[in-house]
Amino acid sequence: MFKLILRNSLRHRLRTALTILGMAIAILSFGLLRTVVDAWYAGVEGAAADRLVTRNAISLIFRLPLAYLNKIKAIPGIKRVAYGYWFGGVYIDEKNFFPQFAVELQNYLDIYSEFVIAPEQRQALLKERNACVAGRKLAQRFGWRLGDIITLRGTVFPGNWELVLRAIYQGAEETTDETRFFFHWDYVNETLVKNTPAIANQVGWFISQVEDIDRAPLIAAQIDDTFRNSLAETLTESEKAFQMGFVSMTKAIVVAIQIVSYVVIAIILIVLANTMAMTARERQEEHAVLKTLGFQGRHLVVLIAGESVAIALMGGVVGLIALFPAAHYFRTALGNYFRVFNVSDQTLLICLVIALMVGLVSAIFPAWRAARLSIAEGLRRIG
Amino acid sequence: MATGEAPPILVAIDNLTKSYRRGSQIIPVLQHVCLNIQAGEFLALMGPSGSGKTTLLNLIAGIDHPDEGTLRIAGVDISRLSESELAIWRHRNVGFIFQFYNLVPVLTALENVELPLMLSELPRRERRAHAELALRLVGIADRQDHYPRQLSGGQQQRVAIARAIVTDPVIIAADEPTGDLDKVSAQEVLDLLTRLNQEMGKTIIMVTHDPRAAERASRLQHLDKGVLNACAAGG
Ligand SMILES: Nc1ncnc2c1ncn2[C@@H]1O[C@H](COP(=O)(O)OP(=O)(O)OP(=O)(O)O)[C@@H](O)[C@H]1O
Ligand SMILES: [Mg+2]
Repeated sequence: MFKLILRNSLRHRLRTALTILGMAIAILSFGLLRTVVDAWYAGVEGAAADRLVTRNAISLIFRLPLAYLNKIKAIPGIKRVAYGYWFGGVYIDEKNFFPQFAVELQNYLDIYSEFVIAPEQRQALLKERNACVAGRKLAQRFGWRLGDIITLRGTVFPGNWELVLRAIYQGAEETTDETRFFFHWDYVNETLVKNTPAIANQVGWFISQVEDIDRAPLIAAQIDDTFRNSLAETLTESEKAFQMGFVSMTKAIVVAIQIVSYVVIAIILIVLANTMAMTARERQEEHAVLKTLGFQGRHLVVLIAGESVAIALMGGVVGLIALFPAAHYFRTALGNYFRVFNVSDQTLLICLVIALMVGLVSAIFPAWRAARLSIAEGLRRIG
Repeated sequence: MATGEAPPILVAIDNLTKSYRRGSQIIPVLQHVCLNIQAGEFLALMGPSGSGKTTLLNLIAGIDHPDEGTLRIAGVDISRLSESELAIWRHRNVGFIFQFYNLVPVLTALENVELPLMLSELPRRERRAHAELALRLVGIADRQDHYPRQLSGGQQQRVAIARAIVTDPVIIAADEPTGDLDKVSAQEVLDLLTRLNQEMGKTIIMVTHDPRAAERASRLQHLDKGVLNACAAGG
């Protein structure tokens, strides 16, 4: 039986090869798209639980006065507070996108201990007003060396901003984002005080490190209470929740990617189902002969489903084998956007299960027809 | 089956009626057919094209269901069997030979002959031994590893005969087994069928257009426009 399934599937070598190739490409795309989505959410996973982010309650777009700093610091249980905003400048060209933050560096680097910087670099960074620090991967991407001048064209904050690279940080863990870019909030603010005082002395968010993780929700509520009924009310949440908010801004894209990945599977399902229906129709007479010999509907179902599943799984396995080099390529090409880009075991498993399901579902209709086929009909030579 | 002085009746067909439906049209094919076949007979069934020979053979072989009438074979009314009971019955009792051999192209001669045994509980080695024996019986053991497309029509038909007898069935049903063969190959196939009938006691029912083939049979029946009544004539 097994031999027959195998030989049957090799009967139309070209057709089978093309179907397997199609299946492989579908599984490859599906696996890649899933990995992209995984990478997206990995940003959230990296968030530490002892960090609270305080932002304007109305929206991320609105800022908070710097004056809140001392009030937050005064709340018991808070170890450190840093602040800053998203700078959003352009480096030479729009396509060179990377995340840039103007922050109060001293406390920020203490809170983000996973960004590891050599002591002498850290010193130089903190001393100079227009110094900046980049992640290792980011520096690699643009070939930056310590002492290089990096000019950002401001979008939110107009003008050209000249920065000197004084430090390169390394991630403490494999999942640490090494593509970020930081410089002094003070440097930006000085200029704003001079040119546009109306928007000076403001921050996008405060980030507080709490002493006791268990009390984090309590402290968050306390911060928000402090600023209730003031001009700018605050919303404080764990860093994880905050990142999730960030991610959900692009959620529509993620959903679109997911839909596309399922569409790909639907297409290959239709292709394989069509191939199997065609194959079964061609073998109608043969199926009738097998029935004459005493084979029953269920035997034919096994024969057809077995062939379908064999083709689908072969395609699936080929696709998964190709997934690793493809993911590697993605990682090198897009590593700047995603900090982790790894094919998870779960993705592998889901891909295999999907290949199996596609194989089974494709066989339903032809198997059902073969099982019901009347021998007399099947034996009659048509044309 | 039962033993008796006169050869016992193996196939008892009474009032068998079958029609096909094509759209809204009903085409009567067999009308009240009456026929008895004794165990060990070699019956040739002749008649013009479209007279219903294949239909009748299919009914006897348990491949198709009659509309009306009874069809007792070795005491079993096969028109009452369910689809899966009928499949098992066919597997045990009938060997079928087709005009166009109908071997499975992706299997070798030996594997083709082994195919019906896959449904039995025989261990692999014994299945193989049975299949080899059947191929030897039809005189084609030296070609056992050839695929159907590497064999001539006559050779393919002999493999098909081996496949039909490998389960040691009571009845061999053959639908124009020489219809697609040249004279020499046809003779060989007919010799083989005669031997199966005479030496192994197989009951053979053969549909044929060829008078030379019909000569080999122990009895000849004509079917004309679906009408055959051989009961009154005694048989
Ligand atoms: N499945 C079917 N559906 C509709 N009509 C059928 C079907 N099978 C057979 N017939 C019709 O029944 C009649 C008898 O067919 P059958 O195949 O039994 O003839 P036959 O005697 O074997 O002819 P031939 O010598 O050409 O093989 C024919 O008119 C045929 O068209
Ligand atoms: Mg016919």
